[in-house]
Amino acid sequence: MPSETRTVAQSLAQLTLFSDLTQPQLEEVAHTVGEEMFAEGQRVLRQGMTGGGFFIIVDGAAQVVIAGEERVRLGRGDFFGEIAALTGGPPTADVVAITLLRCLTVPGPELEAFLLDHPRVMFRMLQAEARRLETANLWLR
Amino acid sequence: MAALERPFPPGTYDVVVVGSGPGGLQSAYCLGRVAISRYAVLSRDDSPGGMFRRFPVFERLISWTKPRAPFERDTREYEWYDHNSLLGDEPAHRGLVPSFMDRTFDLPAREEMEAGLRSYVDRTGIVIRYGCVLESVARDGDELVLSTSDGEYRCRAAIFALGVTEPWRPELKGVDLARHYADTGRAADYDGKSVVIIGKRNSGFEVAQGLLPWARQITLVSPRPVQTAVLALSALRVRYLHPYDEYVRGGSGTYVLDAAIDRIERADGGLRVHAEGTTWEGKVELEADEVIVATGFRTPLEPLAELDVATVADGRIPAQTPFWESVSAPGIYFAGNATQGSPGMSKHGGSASSSSVNGFRYNARVLVDHLARTHFGIEPQRQRVALADVVPFLLAELARAPELWIQKGYLARVLTLNGNGSVDEGIQPLAHFVDSAGPVGVAAAVEVAADGAIVPVVYLRQNGRVEEHALPVHPLREFNGPEQGAALEAVLRPLLR
Repeated sequence: MPSETRTVAQSLAQLTLFSDLTQPQLEEVAHTVGEEMFAEGQRVLRQGMTGGGFFIIVDGAAQVVIAGEERVRLGRGDFFGEIAALTGGPPTADVVAITLLRCLTVPGPELEAFLLDHPRVMFRMLQAEARRLETANLWLR
Repeated sequence: MAALERPFPPGTYDVVVVGSGPGGLQSAYCLGRVAISRYAVLSRDDSPGGMFRRFPVFERLISWTKPRAPFERDTREYEWYDHNSLLGDEPAHRGLVPSFMDRTFDLPAREEMEAGLRSYVDRTGIVIRYGCVLESVARDGDELVLSTSDGEYRCRAAIFALGVTEPWRPELKGVDLARHYADTGRAADYDGKSVVIIGKRNSGFEVAQGLLPWARQITLVSPRPVQTAVLALSALRVRYLHPYDEYVRGGSGTYVLDAAIDRIERADGGLRVHAEGTTWEGKVELEADEVIVATGFRTPLEPLAELDVATVADGRIPAQTPFWESVSAPGIYFAGNATQGSPGMSKHGGSASSSSVNGFRYNARVLVDHLARTHFGIEPQRQRVALADVVPFLLAELARAPELWIQKGYLARVLTLNGNGSVDEGIQPLAHFVDSAGPVGVAAAVEVAADGAIVPVVYLRQNGRVEEHALPVHPLREFNGPEQGAALEAVLRPLLR
């Protein structure tokens, strides 16, 4: 993975979240989002700490950790950090890279404008959130 | 004339620094002041200064140096006012750039900056092996093997201060018909021409500004809209926003367009750029005499190809840990402009100043201490701070520390605490303090809050947890006032008893 030279626009094109966008729109998004890589073991999102961002995994895997316990694993195409960014509160979990991890990022304060500028992305995100809720409800039954 | 003996012949060293731009020079200076005696500094250039020997094209920097300040130039506090000089431990090595400025602007000219860097080398006695070209880097057990035009260098850790100065061109049909920013040439060559500039960041606006008195028409084009909120805080606004200003106010002859470029082709004795709107629907054809690609630069990582150094930003910048080590290739460290590849916590989307001298000079100093400690077991001298002095010490740092004020939310002053007293652990990456388990301690940082306010923040680490406490702000940013003192004392009280 490290030596891959996929462009940000190429990465975006492979993610469900951005699958409704045209090529020019993808290029605009590619110039808007940031790209960050984390070494194995590095913390990406910090429980209880203000100022986190929104992250979409492009390559690698991460774990969601609450009070030191792993709750779920995340992989390519999964995203996190949106709840804190949308509600303005601090994240309720840590997210830690368990492999070399490549993410696209939108800073918390820019997420609202980003979603309003890209309603098709917002719809895909809502869809994913709905699926998460559905899964959570199945667990409760 | 007898040939001068060149320093640092091929051989085995503890650390090798590659580069003689400001990042390389700062690293070399700091290495000379820790107990790592076997280090080498190599550069392919024939004189110090790195990118400042050539750039910026229009000869004026965008980072300020205030020749007069409330503090003398040879003090640490003055660094806050001088964003271009390198750091010195001794007063004679500090604040050298302003002495070369003619003071037409508070932003040095390129040659003034270059002169400042040359004088830094002269005064500090930094030694560099010039004309030594890095060809490849390989691993041999615990050692790194750097093959150069002069032979083989072996070391345990290497600092690459390679700059971010290799022209980067996007993959674009017909891009070869365009010049890169780096080859812009003289402004007078654009007299009466119609110019399309691809890119709306620093170099795009710099070229546009430089050509305003010459070109007959200028169109800046790139997929992303100009971000006015970001620009308001950008170093760019100081000098280069005329083209944007003209466009938004409906001026003539200057256009700023949000469009993705489809292709560039020859047409009617000139060039034609085909583009499609990103924030609007439709296509456009732009006729131009010249097309300039101002799409930025990249770090020349080719010599490191064998080591699988992971990159971000379309392969342009090596991705790094909080201590500027490659996230994928251990022992490979970076200094200088490339340290922007270690973004830190980016709280509220805030970015550090690691892509300019003011910020990366501190990164280099922190990196050298880190290397000394982790690779060579050399502990830096640490000062003890009496418990009664902890609050005033941290307040003074929050009010005046140039590291905290320039590398906001990125570098922090760290103290560890135990029952008997406190130890000054120096300046550290904030992300490292927050994310690493360690003894009871406190880190002080200056941060930009979500609403843009500049805020003093302390982080308390105990029992494996880190808590964040924002302290009160002050209209004159006097973060060492009684209100801040009371708040800090309340936070630290349980530890200072």
